[in-house]
Amino acid sequence: MTNARTLTIILFIILVAVTLAITVWASRQTRTATDFYAGGRSFSAFQNGMAIGGDYMSAASFLGIAGLIALFGYDGFLYSIGFLVAWLVALLLVAEFLRNAGRYTMADVLAFRMRQRPVRSAAAVSTVTVSIFYLIAQMVGAGSLVALLLGIKTGETFLGMSAATAKVATIILVGALMIIYVVVGGMKGTTYVQIVKAFLLMGGAILMTILVLAAFKFNLSSLLGAAAEKSGKGAAFLEPGLRYGKEVPGDALQTFYNKMDLLSLGIALVLGTAGLPHILIRFYTVPTAKAARRSVLWAIGIIGTFYLLTLALGFGAAALVGGKAITAQDAAGNTAAPQLAQALGNRFLGGDVGGASLLAIIAAVAFATILAVVAGLTLASSSSVAHDFYANVVRRGEATERQEIGVARISAFVIGAVAIVLAIFAQKLNVAFLVALAFAVAASGNLPAILYSLFWKRFTTSGAVAAIYGGLGSAVLLVAFSPVVSSTPTSWFPHADFAWFPLSNPGIISIPVGFLCGWIGTVLSKEAASTDRYAELEVRSLTGAGAH
Amino acid sequence: MTTAPPQVDEDPYVRAQQTPEFQDLRRKLRRFVFPMTAAFSLWYALYVLLSAYARDFMGTKVVGNINVALIFGLLQFVSTFLIAWLYARFADREIDSTADAIKARVESETAGGAK
Repeated sequence: MTNARTLTIILFIILVAVTLAITVWASRQTRTATDFYAGGRSFSAFQNGMAIGGDYMSAASFLGIAGLIALFGYDGFLYSIGFLVAWLVALLLVAEFLRNAGRYTMADVLAFRMRQRPVRSAAAVSTVTVSIFYLIAQMVGAGSLVALLLGIKTGETFLGMSAATAKVATIILVGALMIIYVVVGGMKGTTYVQIVKAFLLMGGAILMTILVLAAFKFNLSSLLGAAAEKSGKGAAFLEPGLRYGKEVPGDALQTFYNKMDLLSLGIALVLGTAGLPHILIRFYTVPTAKAARRSVLWAIGIIGTFYLLTLALGFGAAALVGGKAITAQDAAGNTAAPQLAQALGNRFLGGDVGGASLLAIIAAVAFATILAVVAGLTLASSSSVAHDFYANVVRRGEATERQEIGVARISAFVIGAVAIVLAIFAQKLNVAFLVALAFAVAASGNLPAILYSLFWKRFTTSGAVAAIYGGLGSAVLLVAFSPVVSSTPTSWFPHADFAWFPLSNPGIISIPVGFLCGWIGTVLSKEAASTDRYAELEVRSLTGAGAH
Repeated sequence: MTTAPPQVDEDPYVRAQQTPEFQDLRRKLRRFVFPMTAAFSLWYALYVLLSAYARDFMGTKVVGNINVALIFGLLQFVSTFLIAWLYARFADREIDSTADAIKARVESETAGGAK
């Protein structure tokens, strides 16, 4: 274990040094606002496809899904499928239109034919909210993971720090790094960090998958059989139902709620992706809509491949490590993939040294995964604060590029600092659901506003504002009154009970509410939509005329 | 509007939007993306609903330990890759050249177009 720890630390230091070097190099190439927000729009479709993968495949995807499959079998796969199918919404309905009609942020398209200030304010609020939820989940995860990956257990010390102190230190370190990537390197630095991460993650996942399959003589059926047998749940391990949509014997109502929760999660996963601001701004980093299309194709290719690999990793961990050993390390199963790496290394790469080495490599990959995602989130929210709120709401479009980028850098610093503090306080809470909540908010507020803007001629300013706040507000409120926050032993407030909303996932209600608010806001508003501006948006979004 | 306007609209974007060429482009694109979106949404909804409500069916073993649920899930991957490929082929063949032509015309009329 000590060898693994030393190697892990060395790899972490190399990773940090390389990414910081990239960031400094990128900062020399960053002069204009287009450089800072959109990486100069100079990335190729392949580069952007990899960066999208690096931006999207979070620790929740890598460690979370592998862990879910390892502990609950098939149900973890439901997440992978939702996360992948979601890309078709982005490809068919959003990516190219947004690239053609927008400039730096999601709100460029939402506010295109609307009154700037209300729509951009709403978009900035929603962008920062979604990004902060997602950030807290990643950073709290990073804290526990690094402590686990370095093998720091409660009662032990590391460089004189207890496990609890080491977690806080990790959160601060991750936060400081993401602030540096964004403030110094802007979109260029962030993009290269994401590309490096995507290669590391794919390399690590492919290597482990080959070893897992080799352990079962490349026979998928025997891998599944071994996983099911070791889980102690038999064939049920390979079927849906152990985690989501559970059937509670004798309680038809709870069974119904559980099934609705599953459907609600499924809807939010598929509709959320195309409304996530940190994903949307990636489409601006390529020169044309055609390149945006090609980058989504690359992204679908690598994300799809990656989720197929996690299937092997999850079932491999179930078969070779076993649920008991995994939950002994981490109750949520987040260490399944690193533990699998150790087991595979022991078996194939020369005993303990091999095990320690592969564990260290996968730990470094997981660290890179977290860094790339938090940098993307920080960039998206600081861009929106600077470009939408400062430049267009506060300064009404009168700010210079220099001032705008200055504000973006300050915002990145402030948002990063706020995220660090919130993550430290949220450490004891169940934060895994925050990723699902971020998807639900994106699907409920942002997606309706984007789709109406692009495809509905009559859509107005009031409609856009109503859709964003209605979708965002209903998603957050429903969660506040759900079992996640109160009434159960794992809730934030286990001893209080104000959970009148029975589902943990609000999407099944809040997404229709978002669409409905957009529609009601539009039909009730007194102003008429400008047909000329809609004509311009249509021509721009479909053809790329006048594109930045 | 009582009589026909004396001249065509001054805004090159509005003029471009009214051309049959653009109307045709928009119709073609919408005829592809909207039905395709409906198709993959229903196909995905079917998968989620079966996962929630038809567990015996999903648990049916097909070959060895490989059951319907796994095959159904993998088919979602196949359909996603397939639809992405179909869309790219469609857009390359049917959309890009017309879109580029309209873009070039609008940008020449707006004297440079993009900033």
